[in-house]
Amino acid sequence: MIEQLQLDFDKIIKTLNISEKEIQLKKSFLRKFIKNGFPNRKQEDWKFLDISQIIKKNIGDLSFFNDYSLPNKIDTSIFVDGLEHNKIIFINGRIEKIDFNYEDQNQIEINDETGKNIIFDTKNSLIDLNNAFTNKVFKILVKKNYSFKKPLIIYHSTNDKIRSKNINLSLNFELEENSCLRLIDYFSDNADKNFVNILYNFNLKKYSILKNYKLDKFRNNNLKYSFNNIEQDDNSISETFILSAGSDYLKNEVNCNLNGEYSSAFINGVLSLKENQQHEIRSTINHLVENTKSYQLIKSVLGKNSKSAYQGRIFVDSKAQKTDGYQLSKAILLDETSEFNAKPELEIYADDVKCSHGSASGSLNEESIFYLMSRGLNYQQSKELLINGFLLDVVEKITDPEIRNLIKNIIGLKE
Amino acid sequence: MDTSEKDIEKLKDYKYGFTTDIENIKAPKGLNEDVIKFISNIKKEPQWMLDFRLKAFERLKLLKEPNWQKPKYPKIDYQDLYYYSAPKSMKDKPKSLDELDPKLLETYKKLGIPLQEQARLNGIAVDAVFDSVSVATTFKGELTKHGIIFCSMSEAIQKHPNLVKKYLGTVIPVTDHFFATLNSAVFTDGSFVYIPEGIKCPMELSTYFRINASETGQFERTLIIADKGSYVSYLEGCTAPMRDENQLHAANVELIALDDAEIKYSTVQNWYPGDENGKGGIYNFVTKRGLCRGKNSKISWTQVETGSAITWKYPSCILKGDNSIGEFYSIAITNNHQKADTGTKMIHLGKNTKSKIISKGISAGFSDMTYRGLVDVNSKAKNSSNYTQCDSLLMGNKCGAHTVPYIKNKNFDSNIAHEATTSKISEEQLHYCQQRGLNSEEAVGLIVNGFCKEVLQQLPMEFAVEAQKLVGISLEGSVG
Repeated sequence: MIEQLQLDFDKIIKTLNISEKEIQLKKSFLRKFIKNGFPNRKQEDWKFLDISQIIKKNIGDLSFFNDYSLPNKIDTSIFVDGLEHNKIIFINGRIEKIDFNYEDQNQIEINDETGKNIIFDTKNSLIDLNNAFTNKVFKILVKKNYSFKKPLIIYHSTNDKIRSKNINLSLNFELEENSCLRLIDYFSDNADKNFVNILYNFNLKKYSILKNYKLDKFRNNNLKYSFNNIEQDDNSISETFILSAGSDYLKNEVNCNLNGEYSSAFINGVLSLKENQQHEIRSTINHLVENTKSYQLIKSVLGKNSKSAYQGRIFVDSKAQKTDGYQLSKAILLDETSEFNAKPELEIYADDVKCSHGSASGSLNEESIFYLMSRGLNYQQSKELLINGFLLDVVEKITDPEIRNLIKNIIGLKE
Repeated sequence: MDTSEKDIEKLKDYKYGFTTDIENIKAPKGLNEDVIKFISNIKKEPQWMLDFRLKAFERLKLLKEPNWQKPKYPKIDYQDLYYYSAPKSMKDKPKSLDELDPKLLETYKKLGIPLQEQARLNGIAVDAVFDSVSVATTFKGELTKHGIIFCSMSEAIQKHPNLVKKYLGTVIPVTDHFFATLNSAVFTDGSFVYIPEGIKCPMELSTYFRINASETGQFERTLIIADKGSYVSYLEGCTAPMRDENQLHAANVELIALDDAEIKYSTVQNWYPGDENGKGGIYNFVTKRGLCRGKNSKISWTQVETGSAITWKYPSCILKGDNSIGEFYSIAITNNHQKADTGTKMIHLGKNTKSKIISKGISAGFSDMTYRGLVDVNSKAKNSSNYTQCDSLLMGNKCGAHTVPYIKNKNFDSNIAHEATTSKISEEQLHYCQQRGLNSEEAVGLIVNGFCKEVLQQLPMEFAVEAQKLVGISLEGSVG
């Protein structure tokens, strides 16, 4: 693999128009990745689902170079209906189109930041991989007091031209004071057996609001990893909703630093898994100053041979008095081969705080099924109704009514 | 203040902080085959026991000290420790209490161990371990009548080799983790309990451990076997004198419950926690594991952990038999610079197995407390259930409280529920108590005892009173 990495890296460097210093920076990330390799179960954060093994088993050998010289044809049938929106379209990891037609162009800036990698202090080798191989990084800046009129949908689509590829993409967002962005990540795949590695970095200034909805609904055989880093200033709000249902493997990671007072973070997730799927959500919320708040609700429904994991960590610094942190994970196991793992973690150094977490897992309640059947539903209908109700609870947490309805339609939930 | 005054001051803080001047027989410093042979030889052990130790030692050479725990500690030099230390006067074992060294008896008196008459009044049979050798076992007559074996481990190896051979190392094998394997190689003494079929042990059995000689590690090994349909309640209490250096305590405790048997194991651990600056104190790295081997068996751990510089232990239950039950009740209190990383493991293997975990952590001063637990429901453990509750109480913003539960559910018939909260004592509660005439320290004591109530009520009577007092003492000076 090391040879392949080096070879593909040299090819990418040739296509890039960046300075020698930036090349050196990328090289250092490559060296770091070569040294550590893909994460495996020996690392605490990867204990439940071992990405290194899963890549070996599901894909085999990966190649890391993608030829982005020619544009791909945009398939308009994948576009979301019934909701006016701005678009960024990625096909096989190549940015094909950026369309902000609904917005005031003076209020938004899009800058090429390729090569200007933002370095996280982290042991995560997938971030090193991303930093080494991304060919284009844009920064989207929303100016002071501007709210996006329409949501921005980022389409992540693949076509059948690629296989066994590693795709790395990265975006930076900055929300200036009192601005607002609604962002939907929409996945639709036609390709098989690729590993997609997505890295977002958000910088939220005072009073800004970010709503990020990640929708992976359609069944596909790709493996995906997504990392959101969110920095929050005073009174800012971040809301993350994760629908995790489509890919063979998907791990969503959210790292949220509450750096400003009265900032708050919300993470809600639905994992609805069928045969052989393995999905995970891992969240870290760092309460670093006084009067911050976080809320997390994660629910899983697990079918045959599927496996889900939730690792949630709430960290409260000794300065962060009056923190309010809450975390709840629930799972329904539908089959004897399904498996649920959880590690809800609290690390607290301040005394005047309110932190709690809960976790519950089990099968569908037979009594409830009996109740519904006695009212005339058949077994299958009763089961579906109960599962719908279980998941609806999370979807109802979405604060934007337009997008809440869209997501309900996508999941097929009825009230 | 001159030194003697300081010493008196110190003694006030930790009332068990005296040393006893008794001549000791020590094995030479260091860890090697010769020392293990020395220990085995001085205890007149049979060959199979020596083989067991040597096998563990071979294994130990391949093992590394684990380092995933939260409280870090300076590297321990295992070659700089004494692995055997025994009071000289014990060389020829006394036959009755009257023959005991009066100094020893005095020590126990200071500790408040109910030996002799006290024992009779309290109805507790005591097997006291002084450093590495069991001193005296009371109430032997009464127990023998029921066929109960309650003696020191060394005695059991001599007198009941078949039982020891059959069960020793079946729950904690010699191939376990570093500290457990270290114990298997060099363990010195401990308690052995065997309750025969159908017998309900008529009294609470109790051991008092005490580390006396300096620069020794205490490696005791306890083995409790409850045969079919039997019941036993076992109490363990620990104290150690004050010393500036850190001492290592790596014990192994194995419990085995056969069909319909029940074992209740209660610990009050009050090893020397070090002074208020974090100097000295015991490293309490103990492996405790219970195996519910038979159907309908039950093992219940109750622990009150107030001492030790570092506590690092997870009393666990392996629920192998169908319908077996595992319980874990814990209060852990850390003050000053103490650190604790404790919790439990519940491994569900059999059908209809149930487990319950109640953990209360209180941290004050500069201390750090972690609850770490595992609930693992195997795919064969149909219709199992677990309930976990862990609450933490923080006093001041220099301390930390952490909760790290691992939950693995591989069975769709089983239910796992976990709850955890972290909070502080509210101003309203304090105000209410103070209004009714309690000073702030009494008020905190009262509230903390209420917080711990669910665990305290699991303890046997005599222990509950002591534990309640201990809870109060441990938190002295942490308010205001």
